[in-house]
Amino acid sequence: MTDVAVSGSIAEAAGSRLRGLLKGPLLFPILLGALLIVVIAATSVGGAGIPLARIPAALGLADPVAMTERDRLVLLSVRLPRIAIAIIIGALLAASGAIMQGLFRNPLADPALVGVSSGGALAAATTIVIGDRMTGHTTPLPFAVLPIAAFGGSLITTAILQRLASRGRTTSIAIFLLAGLAIAALAGAGIGLLVFIADDRALRDITFWMLGSLGGATWEKVSLIAPFLLAMFAAVPFLGRGLDLLVLGESEAFHMGIAVERLKRICIVLIAAMTGAAVAFAGVVGFVGIVVPHLLRLVIGPGHRKLLPASAILGAILLLGADTAARTIAAPAEVPIGVLTALVGAPFFLVLLLRQRGLAGL
Amino acid sequence: MSVLDVQNLSVKIGAKRLLDGVSFSVAQGETVAVIGPNGAGKSTLLRALSGEIAPSDGAVLLGGRAPQAWQPRELALRRAVLSQHVAVTFPFTVLEIVRMGAGDRRGKSIDAMAEAALAAVDLAGFHSRIIGTLSGGEQQRVHFARVMVQLACGEEAHGPGILLLDEPTASLDLRHQLDLVAVAQQCAARGTTVIAIVHDLNLAALMAERVIVLANGRLAADGPPAVTINDATLSDVFGVSSAVGLTPQAGAPFVLPHRAERLRA
Repeated sequence: MTDVAVSGSIAEAAGSRLRGLLKGPLLFPILLGALLIVVIAATSVGGAGIPLARIPAALGLADPVAMTERDRLVLLSVRLPRIAIAIIIGALLAASGAIMQGLFRNPLADPALVGVSSGGALAAATTIVIGDRMTGHTTPLPFAVLPIAAFGGSLITTAILQRLASRGRTTSIAIFLLAGLAIAALAGAGIGLLVFIADDRALRDITFWMLGSLGGATWEKVSLIAPFLLAMFAAVPFLGRGLDLLVLGESEAFHMGIAVERLKRICIVLIAAMTGAAVAFAGVVGFVGIVVPHLLRLVIGPGHRKLLPASAILGAILLLGADTAARTIAAPAEVPIGVLTALVGAPFFLVLLLRQRGLAGL
Repeated sequence: MSVLDVQNLSVKIGAKRLLDGVSFSVAQGETVAVIGPNGAGKSTLLRALSGEIAPSDGAVLLGGRAPQAWQPRELALRRAVLSQHVAVTFPFTVLEIVRMGAGDRRGKSIDAMAEAALAAVDLAGFHSRIIGTLSGGEQQRVHFARVMVQLACGEEAHGPGILLLDEPTASLDLRHQLDLVAVAQQCAARGTTVIAIVHDLNLAALMAERVIVLANGRLAADGPPAVTINDATLSDVFGVSSAVGLTPQAGAPFVLPHRAERLRA
């Protein structure tokens, strides 16, 4: 055996050993540990850097040192809420992607694909343009208006889709997917029209919304969005088994004791609420919902009982990492986070697809 | 005692009547083969028996109640279904698929059940293979093992149940076809009621003690294979002229079709 082959087989053995550890009881400790490391890094870096040594004092865990007051202000009112919202939105995006892929039995499904995100973005863009005209370009819109519009847009889009795809008590997932593609295109056209008629200021707001941003996070926003994540975690035991069996097909899932129509309705409501909440506070942030579950399936397998919570944590890690990079690489300016996730996520996803092509027969 | 009653069952989809006034009862532990030409309503009958579709008229009673009246979870402990094609998109392992038959239950007893089921379908040692990498016939056997685990769990909870099979041997080689028939017969010997759609008439005669013949959504014949599988049925229902003989050992009929003929109206 050549050296290359030996080192290759050692790397393979190490890889399969790591995979074994991740599949076992170490999965969640490792993910949570990684999240903690990213949180600590995100706390420290930024436009107003706070060295790690000063963080305990700023949080009131150690005696005050120089700059403690400034550090405290930056940490508590700017950085920590932003970290919290990045964690929650990353978790919502990744978990809603995983739920939608299970529901559609398609690893490429994503709320952005069926227009749930675009519906929210269209509602937000409409609000920006109309609001701008109504207020006569003078006063900014009240804080809650835009998130409520985006959330409502996502829910209404989902309700329309659900209506289109339902006949009697059954919902056709194929019609849902295809109608979703049409609605996404329609929402895209609507946004294009708004961009066309918008003035410069509204255009800047719309662009900001379309490209995604976690700027302007507050504890108030965190408290508004956190219940959506809790709802997802509460639903995991029911969803986990149901989505696993749904992989075999709707008939099989029913044969094995799943109330399929109820499961589909719960999934659709959850996806709408989770995506709506994410779009409401961060704009359109793509690829987290596709890349995270895909990556995890390669390592821990496709079982949803583990996949859903693990996707939530890995999504949180990735979005927090991306947001930290977004606000530091061009500081004091911020790179739009949606641009960053797409720049990193899309090529990464292509590589995964190509590597998997042979194995999955795609 | 009958465990399954079909009373004047009709199923319409739109204006099309797929089943028309079908009635029969099945006793516990019986093995029944359902035969008939394409479009005769066999799969519709199986879907109605499984509770997947509701009758337009008449009734299906499973343990005295309509399948729709059971909670899906309770129904799953009383009847298991093996469909003809099951496509799995995600990379589940063979063992994960087979364990799905046990629902929420986990533990050593379920692992033992899964092992036994995999051994019964000649797939011992395939546990950690990804299902998508197996051949069509092997995948079908994995799903049969999953259904066996579901039946075993139901049997622990409520005694022997009902096994519904939709062309279970379609993608199997000869040896595994016979294996599957043997396993189904062992289930029946333990009290499980087996109802299978079978295209191969010889296999139907070998497997079942009773054959139900469907034609154009109606019951054309119902009785032991020696009575139902005959020249007249094959000619009237399938439009095939054939020689029907008896196997030397089992005395079951066997069919040697030799010519397609025009179907009688």
